[in-house]
Amino acid sequence: MRKLIYLGPLLFFIITAVYFALPILKGKDPRILPSAMIEKNIPDLNLPPLLETKPGIDKQALMGEIQLVNFFSSWCGPCRTEHDFLMSVSKSEIIPIYGINYKDKQNAAKAWLLDLGDPYERIGRDIDGRTAIDWGVYGVPETYLIDKYGRIQYRHVGPLSESIFKEKISPIIKALRKQTNG
Amino acid sequence: MVKNRLFILILAILASIPLNASAVEPSEILQNPQLELRARNLSQNIRCLVCQNQSIDDSNASLAKDLRKIVREQLVSGASDNEIYDFLIARYGDFILLRPPVKATTYILWYGPLFIFFAGLSLSVLFLIRRKKILPEEPLSPKEQEELSSLINRKEEG
Repeated sequence: MRKLIYLGPLLFFIITAVYFALPILKGKDPRILPSAMIEKNIPDLNLPPLLETKPGIDKQALMGEIQLVNFFSSWCGPCRTEHDFLMSVSKSEIIPIYGINYKDKQNAAKAWLLDLGDPYERIGRDIDGRTAIDWGVYGVPETYLIDKYGRIQYRHVGPLSESIFKEKISPIIKALRKQTNG
Repeated sequence: MVKNRLFILILAILASIPLNASAVEPSEILQNPQLELRARNLSQNIRCLVCQNQSIDDSNASLAKDLRKIVREQLVSGASDNEIYDFLIARYGDFILLRPPVKATTYILWYGPLFIFFAGLSLSVLFLIRRKKILPEEPLSPKEQEELSSLINRKEEG
């Protein structure tokens, strides 16, 4: 019975090892950070339009309905990866997407939308990247889910895809819509 | 020979001192040397979230450059060090600090190693005290004494 005491360190080691191994086995990328902005109101912003045909984005424009805010750039590779999916969301009208064009050249961004299609309700230009810093963005693409009171509910870092959308974002949208209807 | 060795030793010591190059560009440097020094000290404790194990002072990522600019702008407008840290934590969370703050959720991080050290130390002391009790130093019995001397004698004869 007394000898069981010597199993203590072994047990301690096993618990620690499992604790550290689980995220690795689950394939969790430790470089992806949780957002500090969850449940907070969107910061003030007033961005000039990218296109002549659509207005820019201010805080008021992002209030009143559940929506996605997508930070993108024409120079960003992963943004190209997610663009097809954003187009399909926009076509199916599941949820409106607002685009914030991060530190981009206006002509390059216009050409990109002309080439790949424009999934956005409105697009604002974040020329010096200050708006992105206010949102806690640390690399494009990043996508934020906003509720109708203008609070940030979810942040996804990296390219969106159908599986991520279904798994992570859809359930929150459904829950939010239930809340507001009921 | 001795001189040569001394020379090599000094060289080795000098080579082991890291001379970290900063990523601060000349155009970013503030006119006021005191504020610039504060900016450097602050930036050395602010994590570049793109590279994640570099400070914004070391990193030439564009986000790091933007954050360096913000730190300097706020210093010029009279912000305190804590106000600047709070500004960044509100947006990026505690992870933006390279030195995690001491608070309830980080007690294990800060005091865990100390706790484990003292737990180990007291266990070892306890173990040593107990072992002494288990193995008391008894003198040899007369029979053992006899055996011992016969062994010694045999060795001397042989």
